[in-house]
Amino acid sequence: MGCVRVIPCLDVNNGRVVKGVGFENLKEKGDPLLMARQYEEQGADELVFLDVGATVESRKMTLMLLEKISSEIFIPLTAGGGISSEEDMRSVLRAGADKVSLCSAALRDPELIRRGAAVFGSQCIVISIDARRNGERWHACTHGGKRDTGIDAIDWGRRCRELGAGEVLLNSIDRDGTQNGYDLELIRAMSEAVDIPVIASGGAGTLEQLLDGVIRGAADAVLLASLLHDGRLTVKEVKEYFRKKGVDVPC
Amino acid sequence: MVGIIDYGAGNLYSVRKAFHYLGMKTTLISRAEELEKVGAVILPGVGAFGEAAHRLEITGLRKAIQLWMNEGGPFLGICLGMQLLSAYSEESPSAEGLGVILEGCRPVQGKRRIHMGWSRVSHQGDPLFRGISEQEPYFYFVHGFALPADTEGVIAVSAYGASFAAAYRTGNICGVQFHPEKSGKTGLRFLENWRKTWDV
Repeated sequence: MGCVRVIPCLDVNNGRVVKGVGFENLKEKGDPLLMARQYEEQGADELVFLDVGATVESRKMTLMLLEKISSEIFIPLTAGGGISSEEDMRSVLRAGADKVSLCSAALRDPELIRRGAAVFGSQCIVISIDARRNGERWHACTHGGKRDTGIDAIDWGRRCRELGAGEVLLNSIDRDGTQNGYDLELIRAMSEAVDIPVIASGGAGTLEQLLDGVIRGAADAVLLASLLHDGRLTVKEVKEYFRKKGVDVPC
Repeated sequence: MVGIIDYGAGNLYSVRKAFHYLGMKTTLISRAEELEKVGAVILPGVGAFGEAAHRLEITGLRKAIQLWMNEGGPFLGICLGMQLLSAYSEESPSAEGLGVILEGCRPVQGKRRIHMGWSRVSHQGDPLFRGISEQEPYFYFVHGFALPADTEGVIAVSAYGASFAAAYRTGNICGVQFHPEKSGKTGLRFLENWRKTWDV
């Protein structure tokens, strides 16, 4: 196993960090630049910014934010939210992102993955899959989890990999913000289905649950939001715990 | 002035921002004649070996960079930029690299097809690693191919499944498989050391 990454996720709306439960009831959590600095200081391995605001104004503010953050924080930055063309990708990369995260647009137009990977490289294309449990399997959803596409989430992950995606950011909509633990079956199934890194997201509320995602779920990275934003854990604590449990994490 | 080769692929903005943060001036270079105005050259790059090699060829930058290096100009290849120093890559067997290193690049041997994340780098005290406190510092990597660890001129190695070349240096020519511009304070220190070595 390579090093496991600990990645804070900042959901941004109109230039402010927000977070909800099950993708709803968004609450303000703070200033993104200050939070990015704080997480970098704590030892974050990367940062993810998702523009959850649906407006052009919010999009513009996110670009300005990326510009500022990438001028002073030199760790990998992923940007997502509303990216639907190569032009959108180019503008977030120009603003300082290293990777782009695609969700709804990729489901609508899977060839976007192939085109993006051809121009910017596979390592640049992160596919964000919002999965909702449906019996024994999971469906990929769009629009912040509101619309069920009926597409099998694991099959979709495999397809994305074939089209040239470099990484899967896997969110469990059922567990998002609940702190009841990851959907380990989902993470494991995806991790076994693709040969690109899988980032686990949605539901971890304790150090033990985070570790479960890595050990039992075989995730390559963990994405953290509420736990960090609410000050219940720090990146440093997570990494120290992982290290103590024998998981290789960079200091 | 540091010239960053812009051959239309890859994200060079991060590299640029890191150099600006360190107080260096940069310019983007997309034509051979623009090399005349710079004191050092950075070849960044992500993406595929074949495509990058092709673009260097059609822009005339390939010959210009080879000439630059032969004349002793400071050169730093980052990630794919390091791989391009080699003669060829198994990623794109028909494509020709810059040919500084006679070896070819091979696929990484880890759990995933792409080695993505932070890994320890073991170095033998080259001045480029001066002041980086740890014995085996962590750097950030994103790549599917790399040069063999036993390649001549390798000054640091890392491992993903099997070991591979993490940094190369012969005279004025350097290459790093990791991304110093994305490796936090350790990476910035590395770039600062490179800058001092060549008085850029």
